[in-house]
Amino acid sequence: MSAADTTMSAEVDADAPPARPTAWQLLMNNTLAAAGFWIMAVIVALCILEPILPLPDPDVTSLAERLAPVFSEGHLLGTDHLGRDILARLFSGMRVSLVVGVTASVIAAFFGSLIGLIAGYARGRVDNILMRGIDMLMAFPYILLALAIVAALGPGLLNALYAIAVVNIPFFARNIRGITVGLAGREFVDAARLSGKGHISIVLTEILPNVLPVIVITMSTTVGWMILETAGLSFLGLGAQPPQADLGSMLGEGRSLLFTAPMVSIIPGVMVFIIVMSINLLGDGVRDALDPRLRAGALARPMAVTKIDRKAAPKSDDKSALVVTDLETSFEGTKGTTPAVKGISFSLDKGECLGLIGESGSGKSVTALSLLGLVASPPGIITGGTVAIDGQDVFGMREQEIVALRGRKVAYVFQDPLTTLHPLFTVGDQVVEAVQAHQKISKSDAWAKMLDLFRAVRIPDPEQRANAYPHEMSGGQRQRVGIAMALANDPEIIIADEPTTALDVTVQAEILALLQNLRKERGLALLFITHDFGVVAEICDRVAVMRFGEVVEAGDTMKVLSNPQHDYTKRLIACVPKPGQGRQFLDDVRKLAAETQNG
Amino acid sequence: MTGYILKRLLAAIPVLIGLSIIVFLIMALIPGDPAQAILGNFATPENIARVNRELGLDKSLPEQYFIWIFNVLQGDFGRSYILNRPVLDEILDRFGATLILAGTALVLCSIFGILAGIASAVRQFGWTDRLVTLVVLIGISLPSFFLGLLLILLFAVQWRVLPASGMFAVYGGGDLPDLLYHLILPAVTLAVVATGVVARLTRAAMLEVLRQDFVRTARAKGLDENTVIYKHALKAAMVSVVPVIGIQAGFVLGGAVYIETVFQWPGIGAMLVKAISTRDILLVQGGVLIVAAAYVFVNLLADVVQSLLDPRLKT
Repeated sequence: MSAADTTMSAEVDADAPPARPTAWQLLMNNTLAAAGFWIMAVIVALCILEPILPLPDPDVTSLAERLAPVFSEGHLLGTDHLGRDILARLFSGMRVSLVVGVTASVIAAFFGSLIGLIAGYARGRVDNILMRGIDMLMAFPYILLALAIVAALGPGLLNALYAIAVVNIPFFARNIRGITVGLAGREFVDAARLSGKGHISIVLTEILPNVLPVIVITMSTTVGWMILETAGLSFLGLGAQPPQADLGSMLGEGRSLLFTAPMVSIIPGVMVFIIVMSINLLGDGVRDALDPRLRAGALARPMAVTKIDRKAAPKSDDKSALVVTDLETSFEGTKGTTPAVKGISFSLDKGECLGLIGESGSGKSVTALSLLGLVASPPGIITGGTVAIDGQDVFGMREQEIVALRGRKVAYVFQDPLTTLHPLFTVGDQVVEAVQAHQKISKSDAWAKMLDLFRAVRIPDPEQRANAYPHEMSGGQRQRVGIAMALANDPEIIIADEPTTALDVTVQAEILALLQNLRKERGLALLFITHDFGVVAEICDRVAVMRFGEVVEAGDTMKVLSNPQHDYTKRLIACVPKPGQGRQFLDDVRKLAAETQNG
Repeated sequence: MTGYILKRLLAAIPVLIGLSIIVFLIMALIPGDPAQAILGNFATPENIARVNRELGLDKSLPEQYFIWIFNVLQGDFGRSYILNRPVLDEILDRFGATLILAGTALVLCSIFGILAGIASAVRQFGWTDRLVTLVVLIGISLPSFFLGLLLILLFAVQWRVLPASGMFAVYGGGDLPDLLYHLILPAVTLAVVATGVVARLTRAAMLEVLRQDFVRTARAKGLDENTVIYKHALKAAMVSVVPVIGIQAGFVLGGAVYIETVFQWPGIGAMLVKAISTRDILLVQGGVLIVAAAYVFVNLLADVVQSLLDPRLKT
């Protein structure tokens, strides 16, 4: 191939969207999983090759050579109390352990998945009976049930295998049932049913292919356990019976020689450990590759303050309470950073209300959170601009200084107080905590202050309601708590991020009136984020319209409303229904939606 | 609260009935003729019939179950024919030892698992996190019976600082310090796997909670990072960790079978293993039933603790 060809193909590759890596590639990119895979590959290869390896017969005893140490001639790993070669026994034991563990896993997967599929697809009475039975099995301590089964069937490797398989059936049944229930209600299953397919055919051709990854994941994460447990039963003398040996029974036999010849038990123990560890590594890798959502704790935890990495920190002469200059916030991903806010500027002075309006995804909430570094980071990162509060650059401060500003100078009111209030603390305690975060006062003084705040936001019967948990309150009451919390330290600026969106219309009006009154009484500056021009018209002095992370139009609310310049602003305004408009409104909006899609 | 506990207690009754049916059925599945097994090869048909009648084996399975469960409820678990004493007496003698061992292990795994999980989540991707992840991986891959042997080799044989077996010293022991001295190795061994599982889940729960909206609210209030993590996030994470600890109780009670055998701890686990090899079926039946019932109650306790943490669950 010529040099020109190579460049050509390289260019083509660069233009094409990056191909989604296959599960196999993902698995091999994971160093630990790949290590687990290769160790297992070597072990399996050794097990297969065992008959042709130049090893002595593992069952031939030779009392003259008993308890030979490791590295002795002819016995690389020494001999046991009957003079049998430990290396040979290790290989055959390893083979038995692996075969038994994998077989148990296959049996458990087969019957467990069958039960799960039937229960999840049939639902109703069948589901109830099957799953109650599974619950009963799970009510036993894991190994104890296996012991009971071995007790009934009698000690022996095959019986141990059955016992381990049975106690693992519930894990498969539960997992598979959960997925099946979700799939059985989906459209493609309905379609198959309408096309006249029988139940068995639907389960086998429509549902099974979709649950297969879950079966594989459950198998890969339980097979290590099953090998451990069969080894355990053999160790107790309830599994493999002499002269047959698996790793567990070798350990069990070696135990009596622990003080004189510890290697006899250490060697098979280490082998079990290596096998199970490599299977666990591989299993975790398989799980991550097949279903990234299951990757526990894969998401990075957000830091106290958004990561700041500014290209420029522009200064402004504006002396307003809050001045935002060329703010840029992005999200870091695996394929570079995606900007969410692209250099927006605005200012807000004492006693003023600025509306920040735009559709979801326009960057308005990210803007609001960026002001005090509250964008979750990672992935959030502030890439440029300045936020000045009383002339001080927030992004130039130390972490503790930013934290000290939060709730004291600038307070937030969030959208849905059911998720934004802590579900496990009473609302009173949460507001008291906000008071005490910035004021060194006693708990009882803070409690009294909280009650005053509750009265200010017109929560009826505050002494009683303070002891309620968020879920015990109505949406409107919860938002009043959210506002009380914001007022706790008499801030100068309140940033309200869609505070009325989660509420129904009458409550919305009450909360807006409350915010408006508080603003007038306390001379607060209010940054009001919304997607609703009706709300803006009601309370905001000025408005900035955001789209795709940029401010497309800004000015006095009345001017913008009566004479919108930007096309997008016109559309947003047209989205507010007027009384008496009737069905005409829907037609108008439909037209706008078509325009938006085209333009 | 009392109402909630009462409701959970009532809900435990069908579970206990289910457990007893499964234990009964497993034992009824024993292949061969128990009378033949008891009497040996030279039994006459008349004798076999007589023993069958005495054991109630000539009746139908449901009848047999009701007779058995009726006796069990009165504390009659039958007689161990190997030990030649009532099953209940033997169980009562040994149950305390198992509870001490499993209970200590459960406490250890809760403390160290939660601490390690928090440390790991807080210093995510740092050295602490990597170390905890590695230790957890080793812990859940190492057979507990093998770990027990290794610890005996190190602490009892090599360094001679801790006893290799038993619950009390043979001569002159019997007090609390002596018990604790003997408890260290078996309890630590038993706790290792459960600690790994608890640490893993605590880490995952903490990382999940730290992304929730209410944590952002805590930050927006101006709370310092320690309060955010150790008060707001931790309390929410504990709601999902507590049931996991309840499940670990099952692994610890079951795992006691190995540990009691390795350390010759005089508990129910070691008793079960011996009873299975001697085919002392009634002893196995009674032991399994009692330990399973204990597990049901530990889970009930975990439910109650969880509802104390999370007021939303009390309804």
